[in-house]
Amino acid sequence: MMHAFALHSSVMRAVLRRMFASPLAGLLNILVIGIALSLPAGMYVLLQNAQGLVAQLSGTPQISLFLNLGAKADDIDRLQKRLAQHPGIASVEFVSRTQALDQLKQSTGLADVIGGLEKNPLPDAFVIRPKSGEAQALEVLRIELAKLPKVEQAQLDSAWAYKLEALLKFGRMVVLILASLLSLALIAITFNTIRLQILTQRDEIEVAKLIGATNGFIRRPFLYFGALQGLLGGITAWLIITASLLLFNHQLDALAQLYASQFSLHGLAPADSLSLLLFSLYLGWLGAWLSVTRHLSQIEPR
Amino acid sequence: MIAFNQVHKRYPGGYEALKNVSFEIAEGEMVFLTGHSGAGKSTLLKLIAAIERPNSGSVLVNNQNVGVLKGGALPYLRRNLGIIFQDHKLLFDRNVFDNVLLPLQICGFDHRESSKRVRAALDKVGLLKREKANPIALSGGEQQRLCIARAIVNRPSILLADEPTGNLDAAYAQEIMAIFKSFHQVGVTLIISTHDESVLQDSSVRVLALRQGELAS
Repeated sequence: MMHAFALHSSVMRAVLRRMFASPLAGLLNILVIGIALSLPAGMYVLLQNAQGLVAQLSGTPQISLFLNLGAKADDIDRLQKRLAQHPGIASVEFVSRTQALDQLKQSTGLADVIGGLEKNPLPDAFVIRPKSGEAQALEVLRIELAKLPKVEQAQLDSAWAYKLEALLKFGRMVVLILASLLSLALIAITFNTIRLQILTQRDEIEVAKLIGATNGFIRRPFLYFGALQGLLGGITAWLIITASLLLFNHQLDALAQLYASQFSLHGLAPADSLSLLLFSLYLGWLGAWLSVTRHLSQIEPR
Repeated sequence: MIAFNQVHKRYPGGYEALKNVSFEIAEGEMVFLTGHSGAGKSTLLKLIAAIERPNSGSVLVNNQNVGVLKGGALPYLRRNLGIIFQDHKLLFDRNVFDNVLLPLQICGFDHRESSKRVRAALDKVGLLKREKANPIALSGGEQQRLCIARAIVNRPSILLADEPTGNLDAAYAQEIMAIFKSFHQVGVTLIISTHDESVLQDSSVRVLALRQGELAS
C-alpha cells in the first residue's frame, strides 16, 4: 500500500516537473479548457437561477380578478360571497383601488408620478388562490371567473411562468448540446497535447520498452498529465463562473435597490462544483487515454 | 539457458540476416559473437530480447520460446536481461544517476533500495563520482560504462552486449572487458558481440562466428 502510494506520488512529481518545464503552453491549454467549460457551466448556473425564480412564482398560482370601474360596494359584497363559496377556490382577498394605489406607491418608488395623477386609474380587484395548481384547471377557472358580472378581466398571474418554464427546457437543451460539443473539444485538446508529448519523449519510451517497462508504466504519466490538466481546467472554469457571478451580483445589487427588491444570482452549488471538477478530470483522462492508446503502439523499439 | 534451433530471420525487403542458426549457451557461460558488420550479430541479439522475431525456428531463453511471446509478457522477459546497446540509448534529459535508476523505477523498487543499487552499479563501472553529470558530458568510454551500469543495476542473469568496445581505443576496451569478466565470475551468462579480433586471444572464451548470416564452425 505504502509502496503503491510512493510509486504514484513519484509519477505525480514527474508529471508536475513536466508541466512546469513548459509553463506557458500548459497555462494556455488550461485556460482554453477553462473557458470552454465555463460557457456551458455558466449557462447552467443562469438557468438554475431562472429555474429557482420560476418555482418561486409559479408555486402559488394566483388569479387576479379586475372589476369594472363602475362596480359599487354591494356588487363587490355579492361577488365576494359567491367567490368564497366556489368549490375551486381556496381563498379570496379583496384589494380595493385605494389599497392598490398605496401599494404601487410604496413598492415601485414612483410616488411622485402617481401623486401627480388626477384620479386613481386602478380598479378594485380580488386576488384568488385556486385549490388546483394544474395549468388546464386554472385556465378553465379563469374563463369561468371572467364571465361573472361586473368583472372586467381575469388574469392568471402564473401564465408567464409556464411559458418561461417551456423556454427553460429549451435553454437546458442548448446547454446540453453546447456541453457535449465543448467536451469533445476538451478531449481533442488533451489528445493533441499528449500526442506532442509522446513525440518529444519517443526516445525515453523506446528505451523504457527495451528495458522492460510495461505499457501501463509508460502510459501512467501521460494519463496523470491529462487528468491533471483537465482538473486544472475545471478549476479555471469554476473561478471564471464565480468571478463573473460576483461582478453580476454587484451590478444587480445596484439595480435591485432601484426597484426596492432583493434579488441576487446564486453560484454553483457544492455538488455541482464537484461534478464540474470530476467531469473535467475525467475528460482530460479520457483524451490522454485515447491519445496514448493510439500513439504508443506506433513506437516499437528496433 | 539460451538455445537457437534452426533460426531464420528475413527482414522485409528480402534481406536474409540469419540462415539456419542453431547453438546452445549454458548458464553462466561467456560467449563472444564475431563477424563482419552485416553478418547478423545485432539481429541475433535482438532475437534473444524479442526485439525482432524469427521467421522460422525457435529461440529459447530459460526454456521459454521468446519468438512467440505475447506483447504483455515481453517486459518481464526483458527485465531478466541486461542489454548494452551499440548506440548506447542513453537519455540526455537526465543525469547519470537517473539514467541508471530507470530500470529500477520500471520494476517498482522503493527509493532507498534503488539508490543503493544505483550507487553500487556506478561504483562497479567507476562512475560514482560522475552521478550528477549529464551523459552528454561523458567521454565515449564513460558513456559505454554508464550503459553497462544501467544494464546490470537490475542484476539480470543474462547480459547481452552489442559491440561494447566498438568505438573505443585499446586501453578503454580492455577496461570494459575486465568488467565483463568480473560479471562472468559471479555467474552471469554473457553474450558479447564484437568485430575486434584482439579480444579473442583469450582462448578460454567460446566464440560463435557468424559469416553472412550463417554460423561458421
